[in-house]
Amino acid sequence: MTAGKEAIHREQRAELVPLPRTDDTPTPGPRLSDVDEWGRSEHTRTIARRLFAPLYDNWFRVEWEGLEKIPKTGGALLVANHAGAIPSDAPTIMHGIEVERGRPVYGMADFFFREVPWLGTMWARVGGVPAHPDNALRLLRDQGQLALVFPEGTKGPSKTYADRYRLRRFGRGGFVEIAMRAGVPVIPIAVVGAEESMPIVFRLPALAKLIGVPYFPVTANMLLFGPLGLAMYFPAKFKLRVLDPVTFNVPSGQERYSKSRVMEEAEKIRINMQETIYEMLRERRSVWFG
Amino acid sequence: MGRRVLITGLDSFWGGRMAQALESDPEVEMILGMGTREPTVPLERTEFVKADQTYSILSRIVGATQVDTIVHTFLVVDSTRVSSRALHEINVIGTMNLLAAAGQSGSPVRQVVVKSSTLVYGSASTDPTWFREEMPRTSPARTRVERSLLEVEGFVRDFAEDNPATVVSVLRFANVLGTDIITPISTNLSRPICPAVAGYDPLLQFVEEDDVVRCLEHVTRQRIPGLYNVAGTGKLPWSEVTGICGTRLLPISPVGTHAAAAPLVRLGLIEFPPELESLLRYGRGVDTTRIGKTGFSCRYTTAGAVESFIRAVRLRRSVGDAPPSYTYSQDIEHFFRHSSAVVRSEG
Repeated sequence: MTAGKEAIHREQRAELVPLPRTDDTPTPGPRLSDVDEWGRSEHTRTIARRLFAPLYDNWFRVEWEGLEKIPKTGGALLVANHAGAIPSDAPTIMHGIEVERGRPVYGMADFFFREVPWLGTMWARVGGVPAHPDNALRLLRDQGQLALVFPEGTKGPSKTYADRYRLRRFGRGGFVEIAMRAGVPVIPIAVVGAEESMPIVFRLPALAKLIGVPYFPVTANMLLFGPLGLAMYFPAKFKLRVLDPVTFNVPSGQERYSKSRVMEEAEKIRINMQETIYEMLRERRSVWFG
Repeated sequence: MGRRVLITGLDSFWGGRMAQALESDPEVEMILGMGTREPTVPLERTEFVKADQTYSILSRIVGATQVDTIVHTFLVVDSTRVSSRALHEINVIGTMNLLAAAGQSGSPVRQVVVKSSTLVYGSASTDPTWFREEMPRTSPARTRVERSLLEVEGFVRDFAEDNPATVVSVLRFANVLGTDIITPISTNLSRPICPAVAGYDPLLQFVEEDDVVRCLEHVTRQRIPGLYNVAGTGKLPWSEVTGICGTRLLPISPVGTHAAAAPLVRLGLIEFPPELESLLRYGRGVDTTRIGKTGFSCRYTTAGAVESFIRAVRLRRSVGDAPPSYTYSQDIEHFFRHSSAVVRSEG
């Protein structure tokens, strides 16, 4: 018997004798799904990617500029403008970076999402994470991932068509503080096209309050297609431009950062994004063809 | 001199298990267990004192027995088993009396270990995906169990502040599953149908019952102060937990959930205390880095705990409940511990 065969033989024999456990390695249990600790499932994500790809390629005909500014490794906080009654910019950015840059993006959404039955679960399975500062810190610093936030919050998608492409206030600049604490760059992304894909004609605040949602939009899509309009986007041409990464010259890991510095940086990023959006609109010849 | 340990709730699941674990430790010189009923597990050298729920005689016992360690396992975390009144008496008043006795002047107590629960974090849409020990809950506590546990932990914090020389260890355990423990979750999982809130599939963490006892032992033996989360690694969605256990999901309306579940609870088909209702909506995750740094790791992951539980259920389904192998009899226990007729090896 050769030495190699003998080794195999010994290995097989060793397997037959259960050895008493000597270490503290945890006993893994059986798994039936591939849902991870954040709630995402590769299986569901594959299906979602397959469903969204035709919309991305043929309906919105998404075009990127400056994708190379998104690093191949390491954490970075992506920020973008937010628009459209049911925002199509989040899946577009997530899908685009995943397909064209080969990196998953964790979309951070308002807690409200979690409260909506089915939708909240679905969002978690495809890669959404509740926008808690601790979650962002974990993703960016500990796991070196890409996280996407919309600093405008619900103020962005809830604005009516009359206010299109006018960035709302960037909250309290929390996203800057988290990037500082995690020691990662902020990468702003300007999106053009989402506003026209589902423009809000007017809102029904009383109804929103009644059913407990942040806003209840009546969109042009709904006026045209009825309830179908909830899922029917107009084929606006999407253009996205990645801006230069913003780094902050501050030590990471601090509990608190100067509020004035945070607000100043947030405002700088906001102005830069607003200017870029205006520039992109100046270059745009047609809403539908770019 | 060896350690002299007092265990509360000797008649409860955790008290009994903890006493058994400490009996094999040669460093523990004396174990005294308090309980409202007789112990239900065989114990070799643990002394048993019967007391009322609120432990009003505790200060006398502490003085008389000179215990240096108190392991407080007698905290109710399952609101389906006791009345609201009793819950308050046991958790709040019981802990208050316990800490008062441990903190009296000239007290011999050098360590207090409290078995708390991750219920103190609650479960809400505004929660982080992982709670670290220093993070407060994000929603006000509405259920009585959660409120009472928060009150208990408040007392313990004050006690630790007032008695800096005493080692205070608080362990917050995730939901427990295992071969023997009965909780609303285990009851639901062992039945053919199991409640779920329609449209939600929360991520849950479990800790196996042996790991709970091992962890209590670990902090007691090593005298580790501080506040720790304890849970098995990994999280499982509720649908998967029920899938592993082979039970069918019974989706309950996400609107008016409590009212919709009430008749089913009344019929005894499901158990659905308010803390489970919010858990089945938003789940809960705790960060266990801190306990890991003390040199403790769970032997079972979350999925491992679920498996350990369901294997025991399958066995019971085949052979039925094991008959109680032990009945406490004061005369017999007294004879074995104190009669001069019994030959004791330690002399």
